[in-house]
Order: sequence, then structure tokens, then C-alpha cells
Amino acid sequence: MSGLQVYAPLLALGTWMTIKLALISLLLSLFLGLLGAGAKLSTSRAARWMARLYTTLIRGVPDLVLMLLIFYGLQTWLGQLTDRLGWAYIEIDAFTAGVMTLGFIYGAYFTETLRGAILAVPFGQIEAARAYGLSPMQCFCRVLFPQMMRFALPGLGNNWLVLLKATSLVSIIGLAELVKAASDAGKSSFQLFNFLVLAAVIYLLIAVASNSVLHRLERRFAVGFERGAR
Amino acid sequence: MIEVLLSYWQPFLYSDGQQISGLAMTLWLTTASIGMGFVLSIPLAIARVSENRWVRWPVHGFTYLFRGTPLYIQLLICYSGIYSLAAVQSQPLLGAFFRDAINCTLLAFTLNTCAYTTEIFAGAIRSIARGEVQAARAYGFNGWKLYRRVVMPQALRRALPVYSNEVILLLHSTTLAFTATVPDILKVARDANAATLQTFPSFVIAAGLYLIATFALVGLFRLAERRWLAFLGPRR
Repeated sequence: MSGLQVYAPLLALGTWMTIKLALISLLLSLFLGLLGAGAKLSTSRAARWMARLYTTLIRGVPDLVLMLLIFYGLQTWLGQLTDRLGWAYIEIDAFTAGVMTLGFIYGAYFTETLRGAILAVPFGQIEAARAYGLSPMQCFCRVLFPQMMRFALPGLGNNWLVLLKATSLVSIIGLAELVKAASDAGKSSFQLFNFLVLAAVIYLLIAVASNSVLHRLERRFAVGFERGAR
Repeated sequence: MIEVLLSYWQPFLYSDGQQISGLAMTLWLTTASIGMGFVLSIPLAIARVSENRWVRWPVHGFTYLFRGTPLYIQLLICYSGIYSLAAVQSQPLLGAFFRDAINCTLLAFTLNTCAYTTEIFAGAIRSIARGEVQAARAYGFNGWKLYRRVVMPQALRRALPVYSNEVILLLHSTTLAFTATVPDILKVARDANAATLQTFPSFVIAAGLYLIATFALVGLFRLAERRWLAFLGPRR
């Protein structure tokens, strides 16, 4: 494939951008997912209702629509807000918008996964932790989290792969990630097909690599549990 | 909101004057690719669980490729990638096929959903109790008859809850069609936004339409599950 050397840096930058985008969105959505799962399991009716509204709305609307809504809508709102306050114009760049929307959307999916995982930990464990006088934070970090991860990881892994593939949508709002880099390189070298296929292969490689990391994590969190006969 | 609705309700629902658009286009894209994907995925799912590895592996390769890469890049390859090849342009039939945006979109969506559906159905076929297949064989059911009478009726039923997720995901994925200039709901919303500068209302209307379509699908699948999965529920 001629022209590969010329465009290799562009593709490498795009790949790096995709990985960065996916990882930061993962962190945000894990955070939102934990909050959402906590709200769904809380005793407050308002919190449960809010979390339910969040997951239903987000999972009922396509991610691309939400992305455009947040990217363009938030920009307009922010413009009006800064106007009124007399501040300088703040522009949301594509990366921030991408992280915010992906984090917000996948937070709803993580909420469901994590809720299931928390419910799978026997309640006696938490009661025991409370009886030993652990603070809520200690109870979460030392007792709940290490145990729930074993149940959460398969679902989290699936969500992560979906999130990774969804990062390609951010190229639509103009971020120079892998898809955009590949189609730019392809258009200027008149080898669009080859470059797009190359980008697809890079996505596959990232997915394969993350599968092996997930596998290792699954083994790590399953320490102390015997696997059933298969 | 009212302003955008008043001037754009027609394109949002069924037609922009020249061709079908909006909700009608989205529903057409969804049903057409789900239908074709379903038909293709049944033989592929049976091949996927075959004992012959030369039958099993090519199907596994296909599903691995299509499930491991983003749909957007598959659509780009179908829509602009393939048509940029000189070999395709020089062939009148292929050239005519790939020049039409809607053909490329349907091709990409069908192949993508077919890959996911194949794995869903293959999983369902694998989950059928061995004893049932053995019993059927003992009664002289073989090959075609075994699959038509015993394996598939059960596998398709048991796959229904997972399959409904896939259908809803595909409905959501059809939003990508606007990148290939197909006038689906999102394309109309973008046009309305560009023309009226009413960003928030335009996209909120689109989101509302997708939400309604999603809930309608969820309701339909609930009815289907009540009909075909009644045997899994509590005895009445």
C-alpha cells in the first residue's frame, strides 16, 4: 500500500486519540454508573426516580442524536449563559463534547450493569461490614467493590467494547480520531478503501488487546472462587 | 419547538416532498435490514454450530469481523470505500449498485445486524438440551426435519429477549444513515436545525420520535414474548 509511510503519523495520532477518548469516557461513565446504581438502590424515592428517568431516556434515544443534541445544544446554551454573565465566549471542543456525551450515555448502561453486580453480593456482607464499624466509604472500598467486580466484569467488558466502537461517532462532530484520520488519509491519497479497511483492522486489534486485559482482570477478581464445572 | 414542528412535521414523519423521509425512512431502514439480516442469519447460525470446522470457521470469521469493528466504518467502506475502487466503477452493475446511497446503507446495516443475529441464534441453538435432540433423532427426525420441527422453533423462541435488544440497537444505529445522505429522522433534524437555527427543539423532536419508536418496539416484543414464551412463565 503506497502512501502508508506518509500517512502513518496521522493514523497513529488518530489511534491515540481514539484510545484516549475511549478511556476517559470509560472513567466518566463508570463514575456516573456507580452514582446511578447507588441512586437506583437507595432508599430515597426521588433518587430512585431520577436514576430510572436517566437510564430509560438515555437508552431509548440513539447515541448519535444525544451526541448532536449535547454538542450543538450545550454550545448554544453556554453561549447564552456567557452572554448574560458578560464572560468571554467559551467554546466546547469536539473532544470534550465527545467525552461528555459518551460518558453520559454509557453511564446509563453501566448503571444497569453495576446495579446487577451490587445486588449479586450477599447483603450479609454489608451488614457484617457495618457491624464491624466500617464507614460507608470503607465498606464500599473494602467489602462491596472487590466482590461486586467479579459479577460486573463480563458486563463491563461488553459495555467497554460497545463504547470503543461508539467513539467512531465522535468523528461526525469533527474530532480527528481514527475514522476521520483514515478517511482524510484515504481521500488525499485516493486509496479510501484501503485506509478504511486499515482503520477497521486497528479497531479489531484494540478490541483483541482489551479482551486480554479483561480476561486478566476477571481472573484477578475471581481469586478465591472456584470455577464451576463446564 | 412549536415553530419547528409546524414547518417540519411532514418531513419528520413521512415525506420531504421528493422522497420518503423521517420516521418512515427510519422504519423502512430498520425493517428492511432486520428482515434481510434475519433470513441470512438462520442458515449462518446453523453453520456456526456445525461440527465441521471448515463450515464453522468462515462464519465465525464473518461475525468476528463485523462485531469487532464500528458500524460507522462499515458504512463508510460500503458507501465511499467500495465505490472509490476503479474495479467497481468500471463494472456497470456494481457501479450502479454502489452509487445509490440507500443500497450501500442497507447493505452495511444488513451485514452488521446479520453478524450479531447469527451469534444470538447460534447461542440459542447451543442452549437446547441435548436430550431433546437425541429424542428427536430416536424418533427418526434427521437433518432438515430435525431443525424445522425441533431445534429452530425452540431456539428462535428462546432467543427472543436477546433478539429484541438487537433490533432496538439497530433502530438506534440507523441514525448513521444521514452520513450517507439518506433522509432519516436525524437528517431532517439537522436540516431543520440548519434552516431555523432552532438547535435544541430540532434535536429534541428527533429524540422524541426515536423514543416513541423504541417504546413501540419494546411493547411489540413484550406481546411477542407473551405469545411465544408463555411456556417459560409461571403455571396458570
